[in-house]
Amino acid sequence: MRCGDFKTSYAADMTIFESGTARVMLGLFFCLLFTLPLYVPGYLLDIVNRIGIAIIGAIGLNILTGFTGQISLGNAAFMAIGAFSCGYMGTKFGLPFYICIPMAGIITAFFGMFVGIPSLRIKGLYLAMATLAAHFIVEFLVVKWESVTGGVAGLSIPAPKIGSFSFDSDAKLFFLIFVLAIMSVLFAKNLFRTKVGKAFVAIRDQAISAEVMGVNLLKYKLFSFGISSFYVGVAGALIAYQAKIISPETFPVTVAIDYLGMIIIGGLGSILGSIYGAIFITLLPELLRMATSALAGSFPELVNKLAATKELVFGLLVIIFLIFEPSGMAARWHSIKNYWKLYPFSH
Amino acid sequence: MVQLSCSDIHLSFGGVRALSGVSFEVNQGEIFAIIGPNGAGKSSMLNCISGLYNPQVGKVMFEGQEVTRLPSYERTKRGMARSFQNIALFKGMSVIDNLMIGRHLHQHAGILTGGLYYGQARAEEIKHREYVEEIIEFLEIQSIRKAIVGTLAYGFQKRVELARALALEPKLLLLDEPMAGMNHEETEDMVRFILETNQVRGITIIMIEHDMGVVMDISNTVCVLDFGKKIAGGTPDEVQQDPHVIKAYLGEEDPEGP
Repeated sequence: MRCGDFKTSYAADMTIFESGTARVMLGLFFCLLFTLPLYVPGYLLDIVNRIGIAIIGAIGLNILTGFTGQISLGNAAFMAIGAFSCGYMGTKFGLPFYICIPMAGIITAFFGMFVGIPSLRIKGLYLAMATLAAHFIVEFLVVKWESVTGGVAGLSIPAPKIGSFSFDSDAKLFFLIFVLAIMSVLFAKNLFRTKVGKAFVAIRDQAISAEVMGVNLLKYKLFSFGISSFYVGVAGALIAYQAKIISPETFPVTVAIDYLGMIIIGGLGSILGSIYGAIFITLLPELLRMATSALAGSFPELVNKLAATKELVFGLLVIIFLIFEPSGMAARWHSIKNYWKLYPFSH
Repeated sequence: MVQLSCSDIHLSFGGVRALSGVSFEVNQGEIFAIIGPNGAGKSSMLNCISGLYNPQVGKVMFEGQEVTRLPSYERTKRGMARSFQNIALFKGMSVIDNLMIGRHLHQHAGILTGGLYYGQARAEEIKHREYVEEIIEFLEIQSIRKAIVGTLAYGFQKRVELARALALEPKLLLLDEPMAGMNHEETEDMVRFILETNQVRGITIIMIEHDMGVVMDISNTVCVLDFGKKIAGGTPDEVQQDPHVIKAYLGEEDPEGP
């Protein structure tokens, strides 16, 4: 039974997983996670994959909005850029996915940095409007630039391949997506315990004093836009591989709102929160659908009405979270964890 | 040796003149106090020195180089640090992380090594953590090192702000009302820290302060501003005798008597 954390070096004090128990639990979790395709049926695995992609995207948005404090509604546009640049490189040049995905991230990162340039002058809701404008510009481009994006008809994406091995089923894509998701989580975790990440948080909390402390505001805001868009671009590329056909309708502005919902419900400025939020928001419509189909037998007239409640429930949940747990699911998780950590001998 | 000199600083916001023609010199290693009634332009002066405001006319020279138009992070690179009148800490971060931001300019790891927590980034984090811990010890804030700054009491926040400025390893420290709102004991502690910073670490200090007892006790030179103009300057004793200063603080004696 543990009675406290006793560290003997600064290196030990700065680890991500503080105790041996946490590492063992994490190892067990990974064992469970990577055997999922063995006993989870195809349809559910598709949801699990979408959760994995949403985790990458939500962390990306959280880096920008939760950690750096720059509100962005351009998330769906960034995803579209990631998806279409990945698709274009894959179909036109026949590049393999392990080049397409990082390239899609890099292209999106540059676009994100370009969109982020006004962020030095405009803040808060005004920045949200500027990024929203970027969304509509991208949407327009995607529809009109047919030679690259395939226009309204869309672009069909071949399954990613290494040599003769093709990630052509949900079970195979699962591994690709979750390896990338875990890498994303670790990279972000590390980023926020080193110089660059701390500078982001400093900009969020007190931009003026961050500048006085020597943080170059424009440079770091652009870094934040870049890293965030890289994540979102990678998520977009994965969506392309998973959906197999992408069109302008794959990335409506509601996708950006969904992602904002994820990080608000999960917890702004929390990596763990992004994960919880991604799981929650992705599962929500599926759970509602399951609930309605379970009720279909006994209350057939209710089903139509319930099916329309997805947006309602989504909006209500955001409001409830804002009122009762403004710091999100991650904060609730921490307080639960702290309660049990030293149970039964706390203090 | 003159470390910082401001000459003929004019600053106005629209039609409001905040500073008109202020000049002074600060010597290496001294404690220089700026005093004056409310709205005299003290904080504006400090903002001109640290680069938050750009004066319309005038020159700020730091260690022989002109810094008048440099952005504030460039001045920080050259060795200036400051604290704010109404605490401007990073409220969502722990005390340690606030101080680590102070080490920002001394760290060189990039995004990639940082994200992988590998090599230089890891070594730097540990090395600078040691430096930060030294400052934590110096300012006696060990017990709150992991606390989130926004949850701390006011007196501690003021102390953390001083700690964060010290983490920069500055040559010149600008303090905007470091003792404001503190009780007697907290003021005494703060005075002790300021004196130690100045004497042990050899850091020049420019401070704005309303506590006249403290100002007269610890500063080497005092500069008095009133309505954006410098009305007196010199040692605390000289300033106390100056008729302009007495007039600004106490008002004019009615020649005809009460």
